[in-house]
Amino acid sequence: MVEWTDAEKSTISAVWGRVDINEVGPLALGRVLIVYPWTQRYFGSFGDVSTPAAIMGNPKVAAHGKVVCGALDNAVKNMGNILATYKSLSETHANKLFVDPDNFRVLADVLTIVIAAKFGASFTPEIQATWQKFMKVVVAAMGSRYF
Amino acid sequence: MSLTAKDKSVVKAFWGKVSGKADVVGAEALGRMLTAYPQTKTYFSHWADLSPGSDPVKKHGSTIMGAIGNAVGVIDDLVGGLSALSDLHAFKLRVDPGNFKILSHNILVTLAIHFPRDFTPEVHIAVDKFLAALSAALADKYR
Repeated sequence: MVEWTDAEKSTISAVWGRVDINEVGPLALGRVLIVYPWTQRYFGSFGDVSTPAAIMGNPKVAAHGKVVCGALDNAVKNMGNILATYKSLSETHANKLFVDPDNFRVLADVLTIVIAAKFGASFTPEIQATWQKFMKVVVAAMGSRYF
Repeated sequence: MSLTAKDKSVVKAFWGKVSGKADVVGAEALGRMLTAYPQTKTYFSHWADLSPGSDPVKKHGSTIMGAIGNAVGVIDDLVGGLSALSDLHAFKLRVDPGNFKILSHNILVTLAIHFPRDFTPEVHIAVDKFLAALSAALADKYR
């Protein structure tokens, strides 16, 4: 069971409250596809991902970035129960999409970097620590149904 | 994942912008690592103060970034150029090499904060590759 202090809960909500899913989602997913190009293996049907410009301008990448970030919203709203909240999403990624669960950690780290770039110095080390704890729990929940 | 000529020139150009703030970036990256990844504090039990912005953190952050700056200068032969530092980490410090990835992540976070416009995806991939190659060179003598 994950224990959240009141301070942690409010930090995570405050960070998420400042994130525009429609902006950050596409930026984070696009950056993953550029920085870790082997992740493109999961997006064969997305069209042109041959250059950074193509990736950042690709509407399917942008749309999917929003979907992924939207799922994080569920975790923020169910912080006490992330494992159960993500059970079927984990099963889908394991058994239907066949996504290597290491990618969840990769996306979490890149999302943290994108948020850091947006927030600047207000993303303090303490806030980063709490945010990364939340990311760690989300990543673990996403990997929890892989057997 | 070897560094291409393009990677090297992107890293050198970006480091030209970073070097003026190297001390600040180093101290902050180290402080973030110690705060967000508390298991890394085990290597600094001899410091009185491990908080971000403390004197030992600032001093050591500066040392680390200086070494990274030097590594940019020997980017064509990181294993050779970092040989002495590899000896140090392998035989004296014995830092588990998994921690190089953790520090690298915190360097990237700090760079994104201080250079939001310059730290584009293209720069991100080149710097990430460079830090990975640097980490491998640092671990070269471990066994």
